[in-house]
Amino acid sequence: MSDDSPRTVYLDYAATTPCDPRVVEVMLPFFTERFGNPNSLYALGRDGYRALEAARESFAASINAASPTEVIFTGAGTESDNAALVGISQAGKARNKGSHVVVSAFEHHAVLEPSHFLERNGFEVTQVRPRQDGIIHPEDVEAVVRDDTVLVSVMHANNEIGTVQPIKRLAEIAHAKDAYFHTDAIQALGKLAWDAVDLGVDAASFSAHKIYGPKGVGALYLKRGTPFQPLLMGGGQESKKRSATQNVGGVTAFAKALELCDEERDTETPRLEALRHRVIDGVLALPNSDLNGARDVPRLPGYANLVIKGIEGESMLLQLDNKGIAVSTGSACSSGSLEPSHVLLSIGLAPEIAHGSLRVTLGRYTSEGDVEYLLAELPPIVERLRAMSPVYQKMFGSGS
Amino acid sequence: MLYSEKVMDHFNNPRNVGVIDDADGVGEVGNPVCGDVMKITIKVEDDTLTDLKFQTLGCGAAIATSSIVTELAKGMKIQDAARITKRQVAEELGGLPPAKMHCSVLATDGLKVAIDDYLVKNGREPIAGEILSDNPNFDPHAEVADSEESEACDL
Repeated sequence: MSDDSPRTVYLDYAATTPCDPRVVEVMLPFFTERFGNPNSLYALGRDGYRALEAARESFAASINAASPTEVIFTGAGTESDNAALVGISQAGKARNKGSHVVVSAFEHHAVLEPSHFLERNGFEVTQVRPRQDGIIHPEDVEAVVRDDTVLVSVMHANNEIGTVQPIKRLAEIAHAKDAYFHTDAIQALGKLAWDAVDLGVDAASFSAHKIYGPKGVGALYLKRGTPFQPLLMGGGQESKKRSATQNVGGVTAFAKALELCDEERDTETPRLEALRHRVIDGVLALPNSDLNGARDVPRLPGYANLVIKGIEGESMLLQLDNKGIAVSTGSACSSGSLEPSHVLLSIGLAPEIAHGSLRVTLGRYTSEGDVEYLLAELPPIVERLRAMSPVYQKMFGSGS
Repeated sequence: MLYSEKVMDHFNNPRNVGVIDDADGVGEVGNPVCGDVMKITIKVEDDTLTDLKFQTLGCGAAIATSSIVTELAKGMKIQDAARITKRQVAEELGGLPPAKMHCSVLATDGLKVAIDDYLVKNGREPIAGEILSDNPNFDPHAEVADSEESEACDL
């Protein structure tokens, strides 16, 4: 953000969210007076233990876990994903479940990287591609699961395009082959009514900072009986599944953040959906623009991902930043990586198109005025960048 | 990744944007698949670059390096301008993040191609030498600090 920017409009809620002040409030005492180690026997420790278990019970009730012990608190969504992929696959293989793992091609790197780690360590990994609509179709998973499949992992909602996957059906397909099913539900939690029993999954990953909680706090749902080998070994905390002194304030905040999402979802969902439609319609009014993922498939309420052809995403992002607007893009440049978003490539976008993607994700503090501000500032930026491009006319013909 | 103030200045206020209609030389380098294309048009009098204009599709660094190379080269003899290095361009901009070093190659290459275009059109020998970005595997965002190697753009 440039220092003289007229206002700040944060439209990148999929990247992270600010802590809700109500969440901060419940967290603060644990930094100072309620600092006890929950594993200590004296009063301060018991106070921490009670807070920890209260958070676990609240969290478990929200996700409809059969028991609070099915909730393991971790240090990040990435850790939960890593622990699930590696921990379930290795422990499952040890129980003679086979060594074949299925993941979707547009998983977050927190799932893809451990799947590559498994490949280097004796597992065979099959990637299932989403179709152009942004959905992993059940029949495509059915076609690749095998008798020796130990784990299937498909994200609940994609972090770039927001499309919601048919998790219940996908879990059934995994179970028909006696495989375990994990879902990265980091983007879905809080935004969808999340029910472990209804979905029928064996494991799921969550993160606090995507739902107005603090960074550095995650959770792993692990259904009782699911084989698991811990990543972190040590003092045996979290039922020996995740050693390390628990972040009592952090998990208290996480539980509170989830509670607030649950309370406000019924009003927040239609509000964000209306704003999202406004974003999509507004951006599509630009010539040579397109929505990523089909418009009529299930999608997280505040998520829109579009391509604006003939421009490079980082330039657009920086120029929007000059106006105080924070958004995200799947261009190679934006991340410092060499290739455009693997998610956009997986749904069939050509690289030269994917470079011009714009992700707008709305959240609790997004107003109608914020959306209108974006839609007012974006078109001249696009026009300027297209005018500066030596190939726009050649590639996309006329149009601004 | 942070851009220097000078990069941001040239990105936000790019110098010499456009096309010279009666250009004496034209250079176009890069590839939309990798996300970057630069086109530069030049006017030459007595082997001196009297005017340069550019168009660039690309990231902040691609636009800033294009802009500064037109400033650097204006008034130079073509023989000197053809020898502007990517390092010079990066230094002029107060440095570039490692992943963006190759953007400066695109800018220097564009200028070289335009100079050679001018020379060949006038029946003279090209002087610019190897055009790095002509390599089909050239990637303007390959992470290189000081070496001359170019990493592949795998697409």
